[in-house]
Amino acid sequence: MRQVLEGSMAVSDGVRMVEPHVISAYPITPQTHIVEHLSKMVADGNLKSEFIMVESEHSAASVVLGASACGVRTYTATASQGLIYMEEVIYNIAGMRLPVVLTVANRALSAPINIWNDMQDAMAIRDTGAIMLVAENNQEAYDMHIQAFKIAENPDVMLPVVVNVDGFVLTHTFEIVETIDSIEKVREYLPPLDMKYKLDVDNPYSFGTLGEPSVYMESRYNLYNAMNLSKKVIVEAAREFKNMFGKFHGALIDTYKMDDANTVIIAMGSVIGTIKDAVDELRESGKKIGVLKIRSFRPFPEDEIVSALRNVENIIVMEKAVSPGKGGILSVEIRDTLYKNKMASINVNGYILGLGGRDITPKNIYDLVVRAEREENVDGKFIGLRRLE
Amino acid sequence: MLTKEETHNGIFTMGHTACSGCAQSMSVKLIMEVLGKNTIAATSTGCLEVFSTRYPESSWRIPWIHSLFENSAAVASGIEAALKITGKKDGITVLGQGGDGGTADIGIQALSGMFERNQDILYICYDNGAYMNTGYQRSGLTPLNAYTTTSPSGKESFGNSRPKKYMPEIAMAHRIPYTAVASAGYPLDLQKKVKKAKSIKGAKYLQVDVPCVPGWKYEPRYSVKLAKLAVQTGLYPLFEAEYDKIISVKKISRKVPVEEYLKLQGRFKHLFKDEAGKAEIEKIQNIADENIARYALI
Ligand SMILES: Cc1ncc(C[n+]2csc(CCOP(=O)(O)OP(=O)(O)O)c2C)c(N)n1
Ligand SMILES: [Mg+2]
Repeated sequence: MRQVLEGSMAVSDGVRMVEPHVISAYPITPQTHIVEHLSKMVADGNLKSEFIMVESEHSAASVVLGASACGVRTYTATASQGLIYMEEVIYNIAGMRLPVVLTVANRALSAPINIWNDMQDAMAIRDTGAIMLVAENNQEAYDMHIQAFKIAENPDVMLPVVVNVDGFVLTHTFEIVETIDSIEKVREYLPPLDMKYKLDVDNPYSFGTLGEPSVYMESRYNLYNAMNLSKKVIVEAAREFKNMFGKFHGALIDTYKMDDANTVIIAMGSVIGTIKDAVDELRESGKKIGVLKIRSFRPFPEDEIVSALRNVENIIVMEKAVSPGKGGILSVEIRDTLYKNKMASINVNGYILGLGGRDITPKNIYDLVVRAEREENVDGKFIGLRRLE
Repeated sequence: MLTKEETHNGIFTMGHTACSGCAQSMSVKLIMEVLGKNTIAATSTGCLEVFSTRYPESSWRIPWIHSLFENSAAVASGIEAALKITGKKDGITVLGQGGDGGTADIGIQALSGMFERNQDILYICYDNGAYMNTGYQRSGLTPLNAYTTTSPSGKESFGNSRPKKYMPEIAMAHRIPYTAVASAGYPLDLQKKVKKAKSIKGAKYLQVDVPCVPGWKYEPRYSVKLAKLAVQTGLYPLFEAEYDKIISVKKISRKVPVEEYLKLQGRFKHLFKDEAGKAEIEKIQNIADENIARYALI
């Protein structure tokens, strides 16, 4: 069915379709609408979930951890301060290999306190062992949540999946979304969760035991391998979704007008839409420019990036996050990928923009591309500052 | 009170690495004899988790999970929710457990949330009066004037500067159906309370006084004796409450002066050096006397 849906509604409706047994959350802007919609669905009897409203994000993540260890499907959502408050538990969920799905309505981190969008929160949990997917628009947010459960619950993966959805820019914006009518078809795509190890009185196991130096490293190695294996699973989940529901937004990456491009903009999230508009205009003025969208930030799609960038001369990385004392974060990973693959001669310019909800317009992007033509090996340059620069 | 099979149910079994004389491990065994195999336990980081589950070994013959230091009440909440939604809750006890630090300090927020939601969970706090697992640092349940490694005695200090917080009363303030205080020194009383807690639906809080050999610095053979003395002095009142009402107290049969209890423990040794120490012992006696009056222990 085609509907005009707020991003939060698209997310919660996608979650409704996978019928999670246990949901737990704590409110924080701009995640609030998601959990409000879900609460209402439960209150109206449209979703048969146990919804536990807790006293903190730390407990929200702990509740889904406990429930997930019992072998049931679980979901939570947060943003910003809530996410970094949860971080300790996210490491734990990943370490215990529990397939929790978590939405992050991406938002800046304090101080100064700021409720608006950027991706610094997501970057802060980069190394937790959670798979990190990033949605470009409301349609993808809807579809990605259904895929997320399929990826998380794959027996070769068994890791939490974080679905990043830009706060306000997507969560509070209305777009046309084609929703799935048949819950049976979703059940076919995503069969019931069947966990080999779970908390069960008839077959007792101990979870989360003390891992001494003799075993800890192997445990991390297994997690590391599962993350690598998940690349294949993410690709399959996207392909199978396309076959069943007709929608495709890329697998690990997606590309736009890359065939003859000598310059490529790399970014992730909702800004991709704005970049595509700017690229259309830039192409009209004769520039051979394309877009590479990172859809999976963890696992990082090195092979796919390398093959997409084979014939490129210039790369512009635009990111809504920064690593103080270093520069960009995505840009560093792109440079590393190129260097490892003997493609270090490609010029990479990394720019920081859109922090804390600072607007990014197609004109900003157009201007930045023109400016980048004059620059070489820039990293961590702030774009769109008011007075400085 | 229990059948032979129950007493030897082997749910919390041998092979763990607790210190000799550890009253926490003794209490866990007694508690698991009552709770039986239809129990799922979430345990905080602390001595209990460390000494009972060194991978690949485990002393638990029930489904058991450890996640973090401060979240066992929330993890237990998730377990309860999962059992409920899948129709498997009936006949299963969900147990949350932690030390005094995991319960009354860092985990009090998650515990308060669980109480307030009145989830069908028994939460047990093993109170050994400090962060023992990390080397005897003070907690909110460390008694007045006790030496710990972060409340040392010295020229300017008599040890821990504040009395224990009244954690059971904090539990009662949530108006949960059952709160109880028990002691490793009174095993039958402990088991009776566990049995009662098991039969009640909703959130239950049980706090157990569990002397700690290396933390309190005494000879291992005194664990039970010290637990009994804590009760007989009035320093550790044992009672039961339903909602906000105390419904039973363990009466003191023979009131013992606090010195008898303090002098057996290295953590109070500095109080026996001079006159100033005597005055501090007097303060501890006052706490005992206040407890005796407050809970009508005599
Ligand atoms: C967030 C966090 N802070 C600190 C620690 C370190 N830590 C582990 S166990 C522990 C003390 C446990 O004390 P208690 O809860 O009283 O249990 P006990 O070991 O005394 O039985 C501490 C401080 C931790 N694991 N996690
Ligand atoms: Mg302790």
